[in-house]
Amino acid sequence: MDNFFQESIAPHFNFWVYVVIMMIGLWAVIAKNNLIKKLIGLSIFQSAIILLYVSLGVKDGAAIPILPHHEEHADAAAPDAGQAAPAPDAVPVSESHRGADHADYAVDPATIVNPLPHVLMLTAIVVGVATLGVALALAQRIFAEFGSLEENELLIQLKAEPTDE
Amino acid sequence: MIAKIYATIAVFITGSLLIYGVSDFPRFGDARSPANAGVEGGAGSISEYYITKSYADTKVPNIVTSVLADYRSYDTMFETVVIFVAGMSIFAILRTFRSGAPLVENFRKDDSFIDGDHQRIIVGTTCRLAVPVVQLFALYVIAHGHHSPGGGFQGGVLLGASYIILALADDLAAALRRLSEARYLMLAAVGIAIYSGLGFLCMLLGQNFLDYGVLEAVFRTDGPEMARSHSMLGVEIGVAATVMAIMFAIYANLASKGTLKKAL
Amino acid sequence: MSDQLPIIVLIAPLFGALLVGLWGMRDHRACYPLVFTALLTSVTAAVAILFRVVNHGAIDYFVGGWEKPLGLGIQLRIDALNAPVLLIITVVALLVSFFSIRRTGEEQAEKTPHFYILFLLLCTGLCGITITADAFNLFVLVEVSSLSSYGLVAMGSNKRGTMAAFHYLLMGTVGASFYLIGVGYLYLKTGSLNMQDFHDILRNNEAIRDSKAITIGFLFMLVGIWIKMAFFPLYGWLPNAYSYAPSSSSSLLAPLMTKVSVYVMLRVMISLFGLEWVFVDLGWSHLVVWLAVVAILAGSLLALGQRELKKMLCYLIVVEVGYMVGGAWLADPNLWGMTGTIYHILADALMTLALFLAAGNFARHLGAVELKDLDGVFRKMPLTSLGFIVAGLAIIGVPPTCGFFSKFYLIRGAIEGDHWEFVVALLVSSLVSAVLFFRIFEIAYFGVKPSDGHGHAHTHEDAYSPEPTQQGRVGDLTLLRREAPLTSLVPLLITGVLIVALGLANGPIVAFIRTFLETLPHGPAL
Repeated sequence: MDNFFQESIAPHFNFWVYVVIMMIGLWAVIAKNNLIKKLIGLSIFQSAIILLYVSLGVKDGAAIPILPHHEEHADAAAPDAGQAAPAPDAVPVSESHRGADHADYAVDPATIVNPLPHVLMLTAIVVGVATLGVALALAQRIFAEFGSLEENELLIQLKAEPTDE
Repeated sequence: MIAKIYATIAVFITGSLLIYGVSDFPRFGDARSPANAGVEGGAGSISEYYITKSYADTKVPNIVTSVLADYRSYDTMFETVVIFVAGMSIFAILRTFRSGAPLVENFRKDDSFIDGDHQRIIVGTTCRLAVPVVQLFALYVIAHGHHSPGGGFQGGVLLGASYIILALADDLAAALRRLSEARYLMLAAVGIAIYSGLGFLCMLLGQNFLDYGVLEAVFRTDGPEMARSHSMLGVEIGVAATVMAIMFAIYANLASKGTLKKAL
Repeated sequence: MSDQLPIIVLIAPLFGALLVGLWGMRDHRACYPLVFTALLTSVTAAVAILFRVVNHGAIDYFVGGWEKPLGLGIQLRIDALNAPVLLIITVVALLVSFFSIRRTGEEQAEKTPHFYILFLLLCTGLCGITITADAFNLFVLVEVSSLSSYGLVAMGSNKRGTMAAFHYLLMGTVGASFYLIGVGYLYLKTGSLNMQDFHDILRNNEAIRDSKAITIGFLFMLVGIWIKMAFFPLYGWLPNAYSYAPSSSSSLLAPLMTKVSVYVMLRVMISLFGLEWVFVDLGWSHLVVWLAVVAILAGSLLALGQRELKKMLCYLIVVEVGYMVGGAWLADPNLWGMTGTIYHILADALMTLALFLAAGNFARHLGAVELKDLDGVFRKMPLTSLGFIVAGLAIIGVPPTCGFFSKFYLIRGAIEGDHWEFVVALLVSSLVSAVLFFRIFEIAYFGVKPSDGHGHAHTHEDAYSPEPTQQGRVGDLTLLRREAPLTSLVPLLITGVLIVALGLANGPIVAFIRTFLETLPHGPAL
């Protein structure tokens, strides 16, 4: 059991966390009666996906993907020295920053977090907000037309009505 | 009740499948994971390219901005279109032009007690003091997106929020006086027009869509890198315009139940 | 400019939407000319692209000019699989835009520019989905088209439309999120978002090929796409959303949304993972074909029980999606099933378009919503009925309409792949569609009789109330008095012609599709 924890859960605890959050959200979308609670579940569900992506780009001891300022710059003449670095955990952040302040602007990829998931998730967050906005507008209109936001009451009303176009 | 049973079954199945897939994931924080460092048999790690070469390509220190607005600017353009579509959808769904229409009958008419003057003094004064600061900061966030976390979306949301604060301070009509419906609808379209117009300009000058390097003649820079940097600022401004307009539009329509008359 | 064609197909509707937003908002009469110009540009560009692909092979386009390493920028790729689909999307959009000129009573006139903005942005999104070669870009464009479709569905004055749009939103967002999870798992294992790059990695790297994360990623992407295409049992959102949407919206959504999702599934199977991995390494084909069989049979049964015309057509869409998914997963050695599916994407788009246009005409100009309202309609609206009949015959599978040929190829694939259950399902559903449509033809031609004469054994007739005023109209010379106006009629007739033309031209079209399939490593053993 302890071995299982060491090997399976500990190195991947972020993924376990996101799965749990995602399932909470999915449960709410399907099971809850109130439309707004369903939307909250949807938001939780989407947040978990964002967690997944962002957490997969993390590197131990790495800094945010913004290159620090420096006065004179020479374009990265030196080859990517970071590719062959054996232990990325050992490179302290401050040292590389100081190093970058000089003319040689070679950046060690192991000291900077993967920027691509951040970019992708900016898009995903925006998409989530847009969807939430449309969903709330729909919920408002449903309330105005039917007088209720509870799924069971709405179904009763829908069944009782004659179909019309 | 039956929905809860379905939900539990679905959640259980989905959750176990996801966890099953987690078992051969790389370790959290691994700098040599496939996502971070690429994998055998592929074309080379793009994230390492972004980290090491994006400054040389675009002269923008903020790698996230350079990826967002240059390498993957096609995605960002459609992200802006998503916001625009959301605004248009909300307008199409909610906006009603007949005051007193049946659409609002179901709401209880007791939201008049929020209108107390004594509450308005505190909220109103604070908001009116805050709005110019917020807007100035928003413009800073947009302009400084190249060097610090920020950019078009963040700045645009701040700008939209400043109008929402104004609407909370006085009422929706006051904010609408400053940013009327016709104006913000136009601003939303103009934002995307700036974005796609820049890309189209690149096409007219002979290169592919959104290939900013060719704009060095237009911006009169030496070398395509600074042209890319300037174009990124241009598209971020376009994004900010659309986001600001639509954030306010969403608030205005949702808060007033589509009438744009009486709001929170 | 000719190598900018892929982008032009996309930009034309986008600029059209922006111009409608800027100019059309002020002057509503400027809306439609802008829409028409934008869509005509798209159609022209799509035709030009098709010719390029036929003559010169696949087109690769790198947005932003970032070519190396692969996946740095976003790649667009048009090959023999998506060039016809692109053409169909733009043509259908153009035809529906004619139809949408008159939208009496469906939504407020002040929202005309917003309707057209959503319309054009939906087209942009669909064209973008079709031509992209980047997995994450696909997600963004799916969201663009989905958000426009939620707005289009909820726009009408129908109360049920709003509720339907809400459920559609929930399910659609969950589906797109599942797809995003899948992409996340794939990115996590390979570091690449580009479809071509991912395919190469999968082919070259043994360890990744066998990894569980890749399998689960594929599963989630597939389930997400299945939700979007309303594959049984995830079809719950479709009947309500398309029946209660305004006619112009449903005429655009019904032919296109599900078919483009089928295309996405094919693209994921063929270009992202490769057929060898999907059919051989995965080994799920039998399961999926059985699911498709259930989908076809369930959809047919549900369609039989419907009393409303549009709802019935929606269940027919579920059946057609079942055909396409089953055909794609048949895994027969010569890939005739896959050919049938690709051909059926084109065919079904036209058939569904014709059916929904006809149903829209019946509803709009005759007030006919339920099947029993259609009595005598052949007399009252002969040209619309003609379009409806052609589409109905195509669904049943009568030559020379395109429906016959797609069933032919699907059955051939099923026989060669030893999936007799699929053959049975196809034949049963053709029979059921025959029953459905002949029932309608009978009501439409003979009218509803007060006495149950002529020995027609349809038990549903007894439930309909007879309307004696409709009788005795055989010699009525005022035939076309209640026919739909030209703008509503011309698209339907053009679609009818195209249905037959697609059927007659199935030889060259199928040959073209097979040229693409033959280039695949696990392709037909020809």
